Amino acid sequence: MNEKVIYVKNLVKKFGSFVANDNLSFEVYAGEIFGFLGANGAGKTTTIRILSGLSKPTSGEVNVAGYDAYRQSELIKKNIGYMCQKFSLYEDLTVKENIVLYGGIYGMSKSLIGERLVNLLEKLHFQKDENRMISDLPLGLRQKLAFSVALLHEPKIVFLDEPTGGVDPITRRQFWETIYETASRGITVFVTTHYMDEAEYCDRISIMNEGKIVALDTPENLKKQYDAASVEEVFIKIARP
Amino acid sequence: MALLNQGCREKRFLQLKKNNQMKKVIESSGVTKSFGSTQALDDITFSVNESEIFGFIGPDGAGKTTLFRIITTLLVPDKGNMKVLGMDSVSDYKELRKNIGYMPGRFSLYQDLSVEENLNFYATVFGTNVEENYELISDIYSHIEPFKKRLAGELSGGMKQKLALSCALIHKPRLLILDEPTTGVDAVSRSEFWDMLGKLHRYNITIVVSTPYMDEAIRCDRVALIQDGKLLSVDTPQNIRAGFSRKLFTVKSAEKYKLLKMLRKNQEVLTVYPFGDSMHVTLKNDSSEKSVSDCLSREGIKDAVIREAEAGIEDRFLELMENGIKA
Ligand SMILES: Nc1ncnc2c1ncn2[C@@H]1O[C@H](COP(=O)(O)OP(=O)(O)OP(=O)(O)O)[C@@H](O)[C@H]1O
Ligand SMILES: [Mg+2]
Repeated sequence: MNEKVIYVKNLVKKFGSFVANDNLSFEVYAGEIFGFLGANGAGKTTTIRILSGLSKPTSGEVNVAGYDAYRQSELIKKNIGYMCQKFSLYEDLTVKENIVLYGGIYGMSKSLIGERLVNLLEKLHFQKDENRMISDLPLGLRQKLAFSVALLHEPKIVFLDEPTGGVDPITRRQFWETIYETASRGITVFVTTHYMDEAEYCDRISIMNEGKIVALDTPENLKKQYDAASVEEVFIKIARP
Repeated sequence: MALLNQGCREKRFLQLKKNNQMKKVIESSGVTKSFGSTQALDDITFSVNESEIFGFIGPDGAGKTTLFRIITTLLVPDKGNMKVLGMDSVSDYKELRKNIGYMPGRFSLYQDLSVEENLNFYATVFGTNVEENYELISDIYSHIEPFKKRLAGELSGGMKQKLALSCALIHKPRLLILDEPTTGVDAVSRSEFWDMLGKLHRYNITIVVSTPYMDEAIRCDRVALIQDGKLLSVDTPQNIRAGFSRKLFTVKSAEKYKLLKMLRKNQEVLTVYPFGDSMHVTLKNDSSEKSVSDCLSREGIKDAVIREAEAGIEDRFLELMENGIKA
């Protein structure tokens, strides 16, 4: 696990005079499940948008999958997968149309898209649903599909911003099995969640508060360091000191 | 502390029940609703008592939002009757709307108004002002108050939820309907949010709430489990939890994913679910934990620790949902 796929040094992001990311530094390795935790408004989505090439840093060094966030954001977008809770799929398009559309965005050939489409539908047991509208699917299924679509072009890294928010306990656990399975194939998973039991499933986690990373280590080490029985307790100690 | 709080609520509930003082705030009988060929709600009958916290739990697409839209007069049932605050949700919708606070799952905020303007807007529409009911919302609103000049569209996901809740509560409704209010809210704020709901019974406000968080179900007076448009059960969280009848074990190992896969394959294991840093496992009838641990160590997991444990409400819900799905 030595290959660095994300490198961030002194990252600052400001909106006007408000500092949303305050001097962040961290590294993430290939095949790691990296949990990016923090209180509401801590700055997680802001960072994820920068790491995904969707927004530019104010200052600091940011390198993702070997590309620079200032000059090569287009290349970053082609080499990572991104999924957030809300706008990941087009609600008024069908399952199949979404897959074809995203394949095009990622610059994949028609035959490759066709091939991946078949695999994907089969893996999700979705063969019968390919012509269903996204808006007709329950949230849990939608999120599973969105995850597969984020992996369509086989990126090295996938960013998941609250992928299980509002998802029921069974579907949530199935989703995490896909995360495990993805990471075991060497793909880095960078994930935010407000479910503290899910934080325990990560290889390493960072915890942010008011724009700063306050803690970063394995769940086990953080529990020892903060003398806590669970990551939830660690989180409470950090968020309400 | 949460447990203590829970104990008090339960006592109060039983007291009210004994005195037969419970006024019904919602009476749903045989409510049915279809959209095209999908039956969203099938013969839903239940009632909610005054100042109760009544929870709905169920998988996505179970029908919770449709039911909430009927309670809040935004949808008309195909069949059956929905009585809310003694009024009919169809014929008395105008009067009813003045007395209900509703926080829909999807944001109801004006993205291009500021935090403060959104709150003022909701207060004005209901003929009140923010100062009058500020104490109702202060616990949660204080988190976003430092940013009151910011546009709602520029808030983080969880901050939007806090604002939406404040807006639903600012006119001191008699009935508060919350559709997954804590989705996207961080773990600490979630607990503060529930402390706040717990205080609302002082004002005789009745709360109906849906949530995907099982630790929140524990904090309701009663919980209804809904699946595929049908009510599976309605009971206190304590009784629901007690319905878990099998022996439960926790299994821990540093190699979590491997452990999960091995337990799945194991012939003696009936169910296995990840729960934070361990797995929750039940065994087939005459299996022993010893044979499971022997089997795991044969498979190369040497550090597995198996312990008997007490089931929580989430274990019971997983059991109920899994059975419901199979049925
Ligand atoms: N376009 C913007 N203009 C002004 N402020 C912004 C903008 N986008 C985000 N912010 C602010 O930056 C801070 C961090 O927001 P961000 O969305 O990154 O938080 P988050 O950690 O993802 O929170 P949550 O857990 O609630 O999703 C918040 O105070 C937010 O209001
Ligand atoms: Mg966010």
